[in-house]
Amino acid sequence: MTELEREADGTVRVSDNVAPTQNPDLATPQVPYEIADDATVAAGLEIQTRSQWDYARRRFFRHRLAMLGLIGLIIIFGAGIFAGHVAQYSFEEIDLNNILHAPTLQGKHWFGTDNIGRDYFSRVVFGIRTSLEVGVVVAITSSIFGLIVGAFAGYFGGWIDNILMRITDLVLTLPALAILATASALLGSGNQWRTTFILAAFFWTGIARVVRGIFLSLREKEYVEAAKASGAGDWRIMFRHIVPNTLGPIIVNGTLAVGAAILTEAALSFLGFGIKPPTPSLGVLISEAQTSPQQWWLTVFPGLVIVLIVLCVNFVGDGLRDALDPQQRRVRA
Amino acid sequence: MLTYIVRRILYSIPVLIISTFLSFTFVSLAGNPTLALKANPRFSQHTVDLIAARYHLNDPIPVRYAYWVKDVFTHKLGNSLSTLQPIWPDIERTMSHTLQFIVIAEVLALILGVAVGVYSAIRQYSVFDYSFTTISFLGFAMPTFWLALLLQILFVDVYLKWNVRIFYTSGLNNPHQGAWSIDRLQHLGLPILTLMIISFAGYSRYMRASMLDVINSDYVRTARAKGVAERTIIMRHVVRNALIPIVTFAALNFGALLGGAIVTETVFTLDGIGYYFIQKLNNNDLYAVMAYLLVTSVVIIVFNLIADILYGLLDPRIRYD
Repeated sequence: MTELEREADGTVRVSDNVAPTQNPDLATPQVPYEIADDATVAAGLEIQTRSQWDYARRRFFRHRLAMLGLIGLIIIFGAGIFAGHVAQYSFEEIDLNNILHAPTLQGKHWFGTDNIGRDYFSRVVFGIRTSLEVGVVVAITSSIFGLIVGAFAGYFGGWIDNILMRITDLVLTLPALAILATASALLGSGNQWRTTFILAAFFWTGIARVVRGIFLSLREKEYVEAAKASGAGDWRIMFRHIVPNTLGPIIVNGTLAVGAAILTEAALSFLGFGIKPPTPSLGVLISEAQTSPQQWWLTVFPGLVIVLIVLCVNFVGDGLRDALDPQQRRVRA
Repeated sequence: MLTYIVRRILYSIPVLIISTFLSFTFVSLAGNPTLALKANPRFSQHTVDLIAARYHLNDPIPVRYAYWVKDVFTHKLGNSLSTLQPIWPDIERTMSHTLQFIVIAEVLALILGVAVGVYSAIRQYSVFDYSFTTISFLGFAMPTFWLALLLQILFVDVYLKWNVRIFYTSGLNNPHQGAWSIDRLQHLGLPILTLMIISFAGYSRYMRASMLDVINSDYVRTARAKGVAERTIIMRHVVRNALIPIVTFAALNFGALLGGAIVTETVFTLDGIGYYFIQKLNNNDLYAVMAYLLVTSVVIIVFNLIADILYGLLDPRIRYD
C-alpha cells in the first residue's frame, strides 16, 4: 500500500500508507516499479527512497524538545566558538574603576563585572568555549576508545573482557569525584587538556560497557553466523556487521557525555583539582565567585549557563535516543 | 543465598586490594607528604628525615603498601602524615557527621521522590506530571556545588536583610551545641536540602518510569478486568512491584551521594568525610587519603551487596546461584 505524495519542490515521495507501527518491515520502502513508470519519468519526477538514517533524521527533527535543545546548544556553543566576536571585552581585561558592577546595560556589562573589573559576560563567553572544548573532546575520545575496547571485549571475551569488567568494578566502588581528584593530584591539575585527559580516561568505561553488552547479544545472531559461514573474518564481522548496530547507543551516550563531562569538569575545577585560573572555564568562574558571595551575579550566571547547556544536551540526547531506536515508530509525525 | 553472600564478599576482596594499591601508587607519586612538615618551623630537617624513615616513606611503593596494609589492621588505618595523629578518630567523627546529613537527605528524597513518582505516573501528562518532570530535568542539569552556593547566597542575604537566622551557611554547629540539637539541624539544613533536591530528581523520575512499566503489564490489566478497585490496584499491585528497582537504585545512589558530599561539604565547610578527603589530598597526606578511599569503598561495596540481597528478597523471580 504505497501512495505518491507530491511535494512542493516537485519531487515525488513514496510513503507507506499503513500505520508504520504495525508494519516495521515496510520501514524502508522499496521503490515500487509500477510507480516509477513512464508517466512519472515523463512528468520529470524522481523517486526518493529513504534509508534508516533518513528516517532517524526525520524523527529527530520532529522531536520538539530535541529541536529546542539543539537550537539552545547552537546559540550557546556558537557564542563560545565565536567568543572573540561575541564578547565586547577580552576575558582578562582589568578595569579597576569598574569593580563589582551589578549587571547593567551601561558599558555593556550585561553580566556585571568581577572584583577586578573584568567584564563578566566576556568571561562567561570564554568560559563556555573552554567547557565546550572539554566536553566535546571528552565525549569524542571516550566514545572512540570505549567503542574499540567494548567491541573487543564483547566479541572475543577472554582477558580483554576480564580487564574491562575489573576496571569498571573499580570505577563503581569509589565516588567518581574522589577518583578524578586523586588522578588530578597525580597528573597535576590546572591545564585544560590535562583535565580533559583525566575525564576521558574515566568516561570511556561507561561507553565500553554499553558496546560490550550489544556485542554480547549480537554476536549470537543468525546474521553473524551467516556472515561467518560465507567466510567473513572476525575483523569484518565486528566492524562491518556489528558496529553499525551499536552506533545508535554510542551517539546517544556520546551526546549525554558532553553534558556529564561539563558538569564533572565544573565540580572538579570548583574543588581545585581541575582547570585553574587564568583559563576561564565555567567551573573556575563559579569557584572564583566564592570570594564575593554578596555579588550574586558572579555565581548565578556561569552556573545558569551550565544548567542550560546540560539541559539542552539532555534534550538532544533523548531526542536522538527516540530517533535512533529502529523499534520505535511512535514519534508524532 | 548464604553462599552467594560469601562469594560476593570474597570477590570484593581482590577488587579492594587492586583499587587500594592503584590509588596508593597514585597518591604516593602525586607529591611528597613531608613538604607540609618541612614548612613547619618546629621541625628540623633531621626530624623530618626521622619521620620519613619511621613512616617508610623512603621504601619502594610495594613495600610501603604492605606496611600500610599492616597498619590498617593493626593500627586502625595508621597515622596522618600531616598531623602525625591517629587517623581513625578523625574518620569516625567526620563519617558520623556525613552520615547524619546524607541519611536524612536520602530518606527525605526517597519519600518525596516515591510519592511524586507514583502520583506522576497515575496522572501521566497532567500539569502535576509536567511540572515535576521539569523540576527533575533541572535537577539533573544542575551542578551540586552551584545549587549549594545559591542556597548559601540566598540564606546569607536573608540573614543580612531581615536579620532572620533560618539556616547557618557554614560549619557544623555553634560551640556548646550537641549532635542532636536544633542548632545542628540549622547547620545541616542547607547541605541536606542540596543533596535532597539532587537525589529527588533521580528518584522521582525513576519511580515514575518504574510505575509506568508496571501499570502497562498484563497482570494489572487482569486485575482491572476482574474488577479490583483502582485504589487497590495501585497500592497492592503497582506500587509494591514498582518499588523493587528503586531499592537497587537507592543503594547505588549512595556512592553518588558520598561523591556529592565532597562538594557539598566543601561549600558549607562542614566537618564531614568528603571535606576531610579534599583537605588531606591537598596536603598529599597519603595515609589519610588512603583511609578515606578504603572506608568509602567498603561502605559502597556493602551497600551494593545489601541492594543485591534485598532485590532477591523482594523479587522471588530473581535467583542466586
